[in-house]
Amino acid sequence: MSSHSEFAIEVADIKKSFGSVEALRGVSMFAKPGEVTAIVGDNGAGKSTLIKCISGVYTADEGEIRIDGKTVHFTTPEESRSFGIETVYQTLGLIEDLTIWQNLFLNREKLKSFGPFSVLNKSAMRNEAAQMLKNLDVYIPSIKSRVRGLSGGQRQAVAICRAAGWGSRVVIMDEPTAALGVRETAKVEDLIQRMKAQGLAILLISHNFDQVLRLADQIFVMRQGNVMAGMRAKETSGDELVALITGASAGRK
Amino acid sequence: MNIPAKSPASSAQAEEAGTSMYAKLRLAMKDPFFWSNWIVVVAFILVVVVFGAIKPHSFLTMYNLNNVLVASSIPAIIAVGQTFAVTTAGIDLSVSSTMTLGAVAFGLAFTNGWPVWASCIAGTLAGLGCGLLNGIIIAKRKISDFIVTLGMLSVAAGLALVLSNGRPRQIVSTQLSTLAIGGVGQIPYLMMIALVITVAAHFFLFNTRFGTHILATGGDPDAARSMGVNIDLVKIVVYSVSGTLAGFAAMLTISRIGAAEPAANTSILLNSVAAVVLGGVSLFGGRGTIFGPFVATLLLQALTNGLTVVGVAAYYQYVSIGLVVILSAALVRTK
Repeated sequence: MSSHSEFAIEVADIKKSFGSVEALRGVSMFAKPGEVTAIVGDNGAGKSTLIKCISGVYTADEGEIRIDGKTVHFTTPEESRSFGIETVYQTLGLIEDLTIWQNLFLNREKLKSFGPFSVLNKSAMRNEAAQMLKNLDVYIPSIKSRVRGLSGGQRQAVAICRAAGWGSRVVIMDEPTAALGVRETAKVEDLIQRMKAQGLAILLISHNFDQVLRLADQIFVMRQGNVMAGMRAKETSGDELVALITGASAGRK
Repeated sequence: MNIPAKSPASSAQAEEAGTSMYAKLRLAMKDPFFWSNWIVVVAFILVVVVFGAIKPHSFLTMYNLNNVLVASSIPAIIAVGQTFAVTTAGIDLSVSSTMTLGAVAFGLAFTNGWPVWASCIAGTLAGLGCGLLNGIIIAKRKISDFIVTLGMLSVAAGLALVLSNGRPRQIVSTQLSTLAIGGVGQIPYLMMIALVITVAAHFFLFNTRFGTHILATGGDPDAARSMGVNIDLVKIVVYSVSGTLAGFAAMLTISRIGAAEPAANTSILLNSVAAVVLGGVSLFGGRGTIFGPFVATLLLQALTNGLTVVGVAAYYQYVSIGLVVILSAALVRTK
């Protein structure tokens, strides 16, 4: 087997139960680099559980997760992150009273040492933070401003840059535009396109079918803990997605 | 000022523009930190000028200002510890009785023939023990910091009475009396110790990785945890720092009064919380400053001293200090 798989991440037959509730009943899906892979489904279909298994918040009871063809195991979000899997949470995970650069480097601070002491290398972090924003063409007046003063779209952009800027392979985005207006949504969608162009695999959870059809290359439809269908976005329609999500259509694999 | 789709203006250029003096100042003035940091300095200068104008020959003497510095040094050290607790959106109500326990531990060690330095370590370790226990219970058992440290307030005060049989011990040491009355030029030794601790604490909070994690934990514990910050460790460390500083400050108190007393000095607690609020540290966590509470401590001591100098009865001083605290909390409250 060559060291590179065509998939950035591959999930095979994952099961996860909480007590007697089977949240995932053998889910398989994949995401390719340079593509947006959307996961759609009704509330309670298992999307969030699947995402949390991939991001290390939960550990699957059964099944495998493969990254670049290699089977990996992780039990914490930090371990998942070490494999290049980053998550943009719905709540964004930004600290309002810290500056943009401090947020970008939170828990990954750059240090310089003076004998036995390590102190923050602020100038290096500021320069690199500016570069991280620049890489995704995000314009924010100053990386020294605090997140508190930023608009919803700017915050989303900072959180996305943080997820994309760490040599990541897979970026998971949970409803990235749910709280945004029309203009800001358009900007975030542009950002997603640029991340895609850089070869990242993007896992997108969204309830907005128009957005999914606009952005996604591959779509997986979940229902009651199963994947009902996996298909190319250009071979489907909003009507078909609705039918699969509600169970009106039995699904295709 | 948003995210233009394919903007030619990069954030690097924005950075460059941000370094001009004028832009820097404008950015600073927009920052709520800027104001809360400087209000206390202005207030301090105001207090000195007002009392200096009323009683220039008694308030503005070297002797009196020296008194203010000496009186400020111990509350300033306690305020540093309190600042760490409050920055994580917590509070340490046990500082005054932790200090008392530290003093009793010092007294026990010293009267059993230990040298000053070893007795000081004993007192500091007693403080560390209280703080460590506070931190571990708050972090691991997820109990409100208010309840835990309130309980510790009683436990430490009680232990101090038990260990000392309720009796003060006289501490006679030339080293300690030199520490209390000596100084370099016009700066008393006690104030120099407070300054060193303040500068070190500032450096720790703003120039180390752990300091950033303290600020992050106070700002948004859920977000900090999602980024892998060990918020339990942060809580344990901040209460340990607060307890350690209280235990250490006990030695300085002993040096001033020449005895290890088992009675708690309750004004230390009010003073430390007051200084933290006045100094611009948000009680909701995440916004810290070390120099703010330091200047606020000077302000409070100058106020007390000034009121005494102009002849206001001590009873009214409690009223005025309390009012200043409430007023300043109302003023600096931004959210």
